[in-house]
Amino acid sequence: MGQAMTGPLYIADTADARSLMLEGLTLLFHPASGMTHILAPPSPEILAALAEPGNAEAVLARLSTQFDFAPGEGAEALEARLAELESSGLVRRA
Amino acid sequence: MRHEVRLRVGPVTFRVGSAWRGPVRALRRLYEGYPEAGDVADYTVRLEPAKPWRRWLRPSVRIEGDYVLPDAAPLPLAHGLVAAEMAMNLQMALGERRFLLLHAASVEKDGRALIITGESGAGKSTLSAMLGERGWRFMGDEFALLDPDSGMLHPFPRPISLKNEAIAAMEAEVAPERFGPVMENTPKGRIRHMRPRAEALARMSEQARPAMVLFPRFGFAREVRPVGPAEAFMRLTQASTNYVAMAARGFDALTGLVQTCPGVAIDYPDAATAFELIETLWAEAGR
Amino acid sequence: MSAALLVRALRDPESLPLDCDWTSLISAARAEALIGTLAHRLQDLPLPERVAGLFAMHRADAERTRVQALWDAEMARRALAPLGVPVVLLKGTAFLAAGLEAGQGRSIGDLDILVPKDALTEVEQALIGAGWERLKPADGYDDFYYREWMHELPPLIHRERDRMIDVHHTILPPTARPKPDAAALLADSLVLPNGLRMLSPEDVIVHAAAHLIADGDMAGGLRNLWDIDRLLREFAQAEGLWGRLAERAVHHGLDKAVRRSVRLAHRLYGTPVPKDWRGTGDGLFVRRLLSRDGWGRRTRKATGFGFYVRGHLMRMPPLMLARHLLKKARA
Repeated sequence: MGQAMTGPLYIADTADARSLMLEGLTLLFHPASGMTHILAPPSPEILAALAEPGNAEAVLARLSTQFDFAPGEGAEALEARLAELESSGLVRRA
Repeated sequence: MRHEVRLRVGPVTFRVGSAWRGPVRALRRLYEGYPEAGDVADYTVRLEPAKPWRRWLRPSVRIEGDYVLPDAAPLPLAHGLVAAEMAMNLQMALGERRFLLLHAASVEKDGRALIITGESGAGKSTLSAMLGERGWRFMGDEFALLDPDSGMLHPFPRPISLKNEAIAAMEAEVAPERFGPVMENTPKGRIRHMRPRAEALARMSEQARPAMVLFPRFGFAREVRPVGPAEAFMRLTQASTNYVAMAARGFDALTGLVQTCPGVAIDYPDAATAFELIETLWAEAGR
Repeated sequence: MSAALLVRALRDPESLPLDCDWTSLISAARAEALIGTLAHRLQDLPLPERVAGLFAMHRADAERTRVQALWDAEMARRALAPLGVPVVLLKGTAFLAAGLEAGQGRSIGDLDILVPKDALTEVEQALIGAGWERLKPADGYDDFYYREWMHELPPLIHRERDRMIDVHHTILPPTARPKPDAAALLADSLVLPNGLRMLSPEDVIVHAAAHLIADGDMAGGLRNLWDIDRLLREFAQAEGLWGRLAERAVHHGLDKAVRRSVRLAHRLYGTPVPKDWRGTGDGLFVRRLLSRDGWGRRTRKATGFGFYVRGHLMRMPPLMLARHLLKKARA
């Protein structure tokens, strides 16, 4: 938990992206890379939460209004999603 | 090159050059009744000897052209028509960017198009050939060309590449002059090309609005299952040779297609069942 | 000969008759990887409808290529930023990132970057950590060959994006006779708006010339020469380019290659060049550059073979070549 407090700042890199929700999945065309991503929750919500820079803990706080996390829960899953989003280029270090 | 023929298939024109007379003569015969190709060819294809002496000695045809795969295996000269067809497919798959290309057959009725997509062996050629003889307009058996600006489907009615058992089935209901030579032991087994009906050729500039996307599977008991738009989108990106290259236009075209067209997966044990299923689904969708 | 028609179309688009052999021109341009460039050059001319449609398609494709190349560069930047080493973009991607005219419509293959030699290992590790992987197992002979005798790491490919990156530590293999000053290449590189770097204008031209002349069989030569033409025209707008270029070429041991490239650009593309940069004696190179027919085929195979052997020998001393072929045969 302490690590999240000091962890890196992230920001979404989805300027001008086109997205469309179909059957609970978000299809997202990312113009900077020319790639199409198919995202399941909570990845679209993480991207929305990262419209402003934030570290993992801040993202978790922003998401807790939409998702029901038990205390101490969610941090690990969030790290995994953040890593995926960063490797796809949809999220970068702020 | 020594021998040359120009061909037009739907909105696309080809220049085919060959080191031998045979493939060009066979192409001319097979494409009889196709419209004039005009002055400018979109793509150039070359049928060349694999090695210089291979023009005479056990001649083998190397597929060359504007766009090539480095590891395409040469074919015997007797399969020159297959080589030409593969070469033209390659130009489309690797070069074409005006249309979103779906690896799919298509047929039309009442101005609306049915897209039939699937892996090799799913029955694209067989089903579209059969439908084309039974009240539908044949639009293509290999590529469906989706116009990203209008969402319309362009015909690409090249001669149908019938394989193995499908050959005898079509020979039973189609006049012999519409068939090319039988080619044994090609990479896809026995192949015989069949020219589409004259009406399909006369109307090859006439587009149609897509109305349904069919995902058939051959060799299974009769089964029908709706395919939702998200799954259809994913499967069609896999079935497209240029989805990524089309960038945002590809995204818009394909999301537009899956949102306006219902998708249906069918399993069928034989062509008769598939025909009955398609007619029923089409009638229901039209209501 | 359609390569000549292609050169004329690029050099002087207005001189092209409306009824020229478009099919041959287009085939030759595709074969030379100059179709996007041609589509841009002829954009504002009256064209047959089908040709105009094809060119619009190729311009759109070149734009997509540009986006993808810059994205590749950006992902490499993100992966390498923590190392704090200079990362210099080379070739087409650099032209695009700098907004140079040479980048307009240009085809782009792999991403080529230059880094300090002593940073090679950490660069490779950082790239592997960010999703690139080796094309072949690390212990193969090819891998050894690259490390021992080449000016770059074995190519890495990104496992999701399916894109290759070539990491160089200089611009010619260590086995080639000219020994470019890699430290100077890095030291004089310029920072681009995206935080990556590009070579200085003179070094960009030296590199392009090294590619054209020293790289061997001159395949793709018309495209490389077009780069040189556009670069010279653009950089010559700054005072004193020619003097700096002459000095720099000598410094890197690439004087002959640079001078020949400049002469060839002048001769084929009409590049404005000072008198003392002109000259003759390039007939063989010109014939080789123009050896493309209207079907997109390479003509003059014999000349081609001569060039291939020459290219290979220039990069590898004979003994090494023999060893290389021997190991290849054993593998």
